[in-house]
Amino acid sequence: MKIRNRTDFAAGLLYLAVGAFAAFIASGYTMGTAADMGTGYFPFWLGVLLAAIGLAVCASSVVPGTATNKLSSWHWKSLAWVCVSLLAFALMFESAGMVLSIFALVLISSLASGAQRWKGAMVNACILNVICYSAFVWLLEIPLRIWPLGWF
Amino acid sequence: MDLLQNLATGLTAALTLQNLAYCFVGCFLGTLIGVLPGLGPVATIAMLLPATYTLPPTAALIMLAGIYYGAQYGGSTTAILINIPGESSSVVTAIDGYQMARSGRAGVALFTAGVGSFVAGCFGVLILAAFAVPLAEVAFEFGPTEYAALMILGLVGATVLSSGSLLKAIGMVIIGLLLGLVGTDTNGAPRYSFGVQELSDGIGFVAIAMGVFGVAEIIGNVEKDESRGTPVAKITSMWPTRVDIRRMIPAIIRGTSIGAFFGILPGAGAAVASFSSYAVEKKVSSRPEEFGHGAIEGVAGPEAANNAAAQTAFIPLLTLGLPASATMAMMLGAMTIHDIQPGPQVMSSDPALFWGLVVSMWIGNLILIVLNLPLIGIWVRLLTVPYRVLYPAILVFCSIGVYTVSNSSFDIYLVCIFGVLGYLFSKLQCEPAPLLLGFILGPLMEENFRRALLLSDGDFSVFLRRPIALVLLVITGILLLSILLPAIRRTREKAFAEV
Repeated sequence: MKIRNRTDFAAGLLYLAVGAFAAFIASGYTMGTAADMGTGYFPFWLGVLLAAIGLAVCASSVVPGTATNKLSSWHWKSLAWVCVSLLAFALMFESAGMVLSIFALVLISSLASGAQRWKGAMVNACILNVICYSAFVWLLEIPLRIWPLGWF
Repeated sequence: MDLLQNLATGLTAALTLQNLAYCFVGCFLGTLIGVLPGLGPVATIAMLLPATYTLPPTAALIMLAGIYYGAQYGGSTTAILINIPGESSSVVTAIDGYQMARSGRAGVALFTAGVGSFVAGCFGVLILAAFAVPLAEVAFEFGPTEYAALMILGLVGATVLSSGSLLKAIGMVIIGLLLGLVGTDTNGAPRYSFGVQELSDGIGFVAIAMGVFGVAEIIGNVEKDESRGTPVAKITSMWPTRVDIRRMIPAIIRGTSIGAFFGILPGAGAAVASFSSYAVEKKVSSRPEEFGHGAIEGVAGPEAANNAAAQTAFIPLLTLGLPASATMAMMLGAMTIHDIQPGPQVMSSDPALFWGLVVSMWIGNLILIVLNLPLIGIWVRLLTVPYRVLYPAILVFCSIGVYTVSNSSFDIYLVCIFGVLGYLFSKLQCEPAPLLLGFILGPLMEENFRRALLLSDGDFSVFLRRPIALVLLVITGILLLSILLPAIRRTREKAFAEV
């Protein structure tokens, strides 16, 4: 049995896994009957349906005659730096304030692109601080911490 | 006549200085972002949604509608000038529009796109105004059984007309439904929250949209597209010749009709409308060989189609509360956040809001044509911003934006997680749009199913016994079967093949 369409096969596995997981967790809740649905009834059957679809997608990817399709490679660098930058922002925003968080986000995410230089990223961060301040704090009057506690 | 009276109510609501200002801001922001390739209307609305929280509901909706149309208009501008479509429905415009630009007729192409969209928009608003009331009366006949059937139709319709495999799209819908069920159910019991307190209210809608659409897009784009300072064709006079006008007008009329039809159907959208219009124009033209080399009908028709579809897409949303596409699902989310439940009740309980929105759509179209034509030069200059500078900006706006929704950093973590998930989906060629639709409709669907079966005492055949529900399910079946016809499959592949 040759897996012709690899992307579809992987997608099918994903659906199977998610569906099985969802149904499993849902079976732990009160099920009830069709006429009197409990917490778990609807998600359980959705999970089962999803798992079934996952199997069908896997099946369709091995049927002879399907176009072959390789898995495309992942951009690990972009993924890692963008995620780290977002996590840094999330960690810093409430305690360190907007300015420092924006700097962190811009500088770290700029590492994802090979073309960006430190100076350019710094300038970008400064401009974004000005824009965000005017838009969110001044225009929309959203209460945000700008600087860490104790500064200014 | 009732229609005139309703429009009058709308005019008084829409023509306040404040609402006009918000309409203008919405159109401006929408065009600004629609001009930027990669950042489509869905991501735009997700980003700008928090900005509307502090506004009164009517103003917020007016601004959002302005953003939506603005994004459509902006997309066509870049498609014509530098052959980069701003969003999916301008892909077709790029085909002949860019060719017109290369032969020095960029101005005429832009003018055609603008006028075609404006005419289509006006027509679309009239349809909306005329059919809203009768459709609402029909909607009162809908009980939970009919709503459940309608939602099934909506979700299946969305998958039939999305690109890629039908099975995978249905899978995405179901994942979306499951994500929508996270939180607390109607009895107050926690569901899928795994003890995390911030999840007890469900997953934030803005977080999932920004993550799956915005962040995932960035992760995919960053290494791909380093050079974005592409040369822009020089813009000459924008006035069309008499021959141009004579060729434009029938194309616009045909495009408007096609677009108006596709916009109403759940699942169909502006992109499908514009592709169908292009195909039709090519077929009826006396000079089919010109298509692909700068035929003006190839710009006029699809542009009219995509704008007409954009207008009529509001019909199922406003009258029945059913979103016809991912963008409409965002609008539905926006309305829910402002405590408005779209449906027949909105028209009777808050007519000023409803008709004000309808009228401001027309005003929005007018503002857009005023904005787009003179400001074309400025829009294009934005495109010379390199992507390496642009994407951190997008990340910043997304992060702060999602934070402001519920003042919680947890949502930013969610954006990150959904960004990774969205990237995974794009690698596995799974469409994210059906997921968002499923997410919005998940809790609603469960509620309607629950009530329908409660009323019928567990009898599933109630879906077949009640006439409206049966009709809806039959249409769903036909839609599903149509996917098996090769002709439909060919159209779908053509509609979504990489340009």
